[in-house]
Amino acid sequence: MLSGRRLFTVALTLSAGVACSNDLENSYIFDGRSNRKILFRSQFIEFDQLIEFGMAMKVGIVVVLLAVASICEAVAIFHPISESHRSAALELFSPVAGSFSSLEEAYEALRTFEVLGIEKKPDIKDHTCNSVVDALSSMSSNSRDLYHALRVNGLLKCKTSKEALTGIISRLKDAVKDSTSLLDYYHAIGGLLLIKDQSSEVDVLLENADGILRSIKALSQSDGRWRYSSNNPESSTYAAGLAFETLSGVIQLAASAIDENLIGTLKKDIVKLFDSIEKYDDGSYYFDDKHIDVSGHQGPLSATAAVVRGLTTFASTSESLNIPEDKILGLARFFLGIGVPGNSKDLYYQIDSLSHLENNRVSVPLVLSLPATVLSLTSKDKLKVKVSTVLGSIAPPLSVKLMQVFSSGSKDASVLKQELHFDPKEAIHMLDALPEGVDIGKYVFAFEIVLSDPEDKRKFATGGRTKVPVHVTGVVKVDDAKVAVLEGDIVESEKKLDLPGKNDLALSANHLQKLHLSFLLTTPFGKPFKPHQALLKLRHETGVEHIFVVENSGRHFEITLDFLGLVEKFFYLSGQYDIELTVGDAVMENSFLQPLGSIELDLPKAPEKATQPPPQAVNPYLRYGPKAEIAHIFRAPEKRPPQEVSFAFLGLVLVPFLAFLVGLLRLGVNLKNFPTSTIPATFAILFHGGIAAVLLLYVLFWLKLDLFTTLKTLGLIGTFLMFVGHRTLSHLASASAKLKSA
Amino acid sequence: MGKSTVTTKDDAQALFHSLRSAYSSTPTNLKIIDLYVLFAVFTALIQVGYMAIVGSFPFNSFLSGVLSCVGTAVLAVCLRIQVNKENKEFKDLPPERAFADFVLCNLVLHLVIMNFLG
Repeated sequence: MLSGRRLFTVALTLSAGVACSNDLENSYIFDGRSNRKILFRSQFIEFDQLIEFGMAMKVGIVVVLLAVASICEAVAIFHPISESHRSAALELFSPVAGSFSSLEEAYEALRTFEVLGIEKKPDIKDHTCNSVVDALSSMSSNSRDLYHALRVNGLLKCKTSKEALTGIISRLKDAVKDSTSLLDYYHAIGGLLLIKDQSSEVDVLLENADGILRSIKALSQSDGRWRYSSNNPESSTYAAGLAFETLSGVIQLAASAIDENLIGTLKKDIVKLFDSIEKYDDGSYYFDDKHIDVSGHQGPLSATAAVVRGLTTFASTSESLNIPEDKILGLARFFLGIGVPGNSKDLYYQIDSLSHLENNRVSVPLVLSLPATVLSLTSKDKLKVKVSTVLGSIAPPLSVKLMQVFSSGSKDASVLKQELHFDPKEAIHMLDALPEGVDIGKYVFAFEIVLSDPEDKRKFATGGRTKVPVHVTGVVKVDDAKVAVLEGDIVESEKKLDLPGKNDLALSANHLQKLHLSFLLTTPFGKPFKPHQALLKLRHETGVEHIFVVENSGRHFEITLDFLGLVEKFFYLSGQYDIELTVGDAVMENSFLQPLGSIELDLPKAPEKATQPPPQAVNPYLRYGPKAEIAHIFRAPEKRPPQEVSFAFLGLVLVPFLAFLVGLLRLGVNLKNFPTSTIPATFAILFHGGIAAVLLLYVLFWLKLDLFTTLKTLGLIGTFLMFVGHRTLSHLASASAKLKSA
Repeated sequence: MGKSTVTTKDDAQALFHSLRSAYSSTPTNLKIIDLYVLFAVFTALIQVGYMAIVGSFPFNSFLSGVLSCVGTAVLAVCLRIQVNKENKEFKDLPPERAFADFVLCNLVLHLVIMNFLG
């Protein structure tokens, strides 16, 4: 991605002729996910040459700025460890239910607390000590568990028995003999070294130190990286760091003196590793592993931390390790440039590495930082500079000189060599007055640190010239502001404006006239000033806005709006336009956005094919807000006839039935054919009874029964009825047949 | 010879009288069935008249009522045809059998009607 940006930058520079400003203030933020620093745009951005692209092309502007920034040499400021790190440590390393999830995590937390000077809580200590003692006394722990337990023990100083330690020593020595991979060596040697520090009368010395060194060295590669084991071709810089730490441990534990040539080759290996160091533009150096290795570590932070650990422990065992001091300073800058990391592992790497760099024997980096990089001319701020070690401790006696002040846009500046005056109470170097000619604007101040004691030059890394971006702000005077309506070249009406105060204009113009606005801008030193933003905005009553840039020549800013040419741009909308003037800059303390009043514009009517003004944004509360409530209307019940009518017809319907009965009587209906003898009579009665039962069942069905019950009952009655009916009717049939034949 | 001067009204009256005298000779059971048919039809007509006055809601009840009357009338007519001794087609069908069919069909019709009544 960086190379793509570079290509784009080159193209843009050729085409647009963008001048690289040396004062673009960049700071890097640390992306915890990818463990890399990402360019971060801070608030002071120069883009007046890009305003022509329009306000809406924000994306384009950001891309161009990033492109422009990547080819400029960046200046950055690094702050030593501060209170924010302490509070972050307390937050990130909070143990769950009083204990940490593993001894490795416990060590990370405790080490960070120790370096930052945070008190450990006693209950955590008890819990962790219990886990430590368990791990040390258990027979199933391998050298890795023992190593982590011993590390925690070194910090907490738990009560361990001498027998336990002696038992562990023999196990670790066996582990060293049987080791085949780098991690085995690392854990075993590390464990033995820790026991040596924790207990006095134990024998941890290694007999075959030369042999062990050679077998570890066999894992090295020609490019400076190391492999984890002889059958695994994967190599990484992280492994190189572990290897150096292990090698220094072997040297310390050697029973007899080691061959000097061997140590010399190891030193050469370290120097070779530094050939693969990478650099950011702000002067920080780091190591990066391009791929994930065996232990799952990835990214520059863990790799650089491992190398720093290995390097400093190796340097502590032997003198004269030849690493250039700007690289050490660069490594310190890398860790400081992270700021405050977001997760506990990153914070541990940062703090642990910085504590190793703080008192290492190669060279101790000194950090120059400014508590405030924004100085105000109005409140007569003094320039203050602080020099300290990476962990914030006091630096050796030195003096800070301000060598050069570069103003924005220029690469050369006069050499000043002003010495800053040291205030021992606050441990700050101060300049009582800013150099001559420092007006408002963006500058790069170049400082140089000079150590008082020439012996310290070898011990400390100061980094030569340190460039720091500084902003000087002040109040910009706005004079002689006036607005006029011009007819041709004749001034129709002119009004004076009070900027940046309140104004309430009420102008009117038609499309043949022009609007002219002018004012002067001067810095506190009386020089002309060009702000980032000098914009005039006209807003129609319907919400359509038009923005114009106010051009300048030196001190004099003016803009003329010729309405004849702007009629189409304004979409032929006549009516009242609100005028707003914006003048703003990062170094201007009195930036303002002032409504000036309104102008009544009379434009001709829009022709047929004129473009419509863009639709205004709908108020989201109207579109997405709650709508009117709908009340459900239930179906109105049908109109029923009045009850009297229904009852009347009920009666009327029964009339034919009565007529039927009367008719039957008139016809002389009789029951003579009813069987008289017992059995047929019974059957006949049952038959009629069955029919009556069915009819009754139907009435019940209508009233309350359901179809299934009815059908079931009907089935039963029906079967009965069929049987009975058959008997009755066959009896009647035989009776009539007998009558016929007789 | 004076018959050509008889009016249409006299013809209708004469026709009516002859029908009446012929009808009186039908057997009683057929007359009962005729009476039943008339009763059913009149009931249906009264239901239609009610619907005409108050509207057809609920329509299923109206249909159910009318169709029960019409259905039972139709079944009675079928019974009359089958029971009529002068009908040569149904000479071998015993009238009790026809009556049993009539009862069964009526029961089924009225089950459906009661279901549809609602």
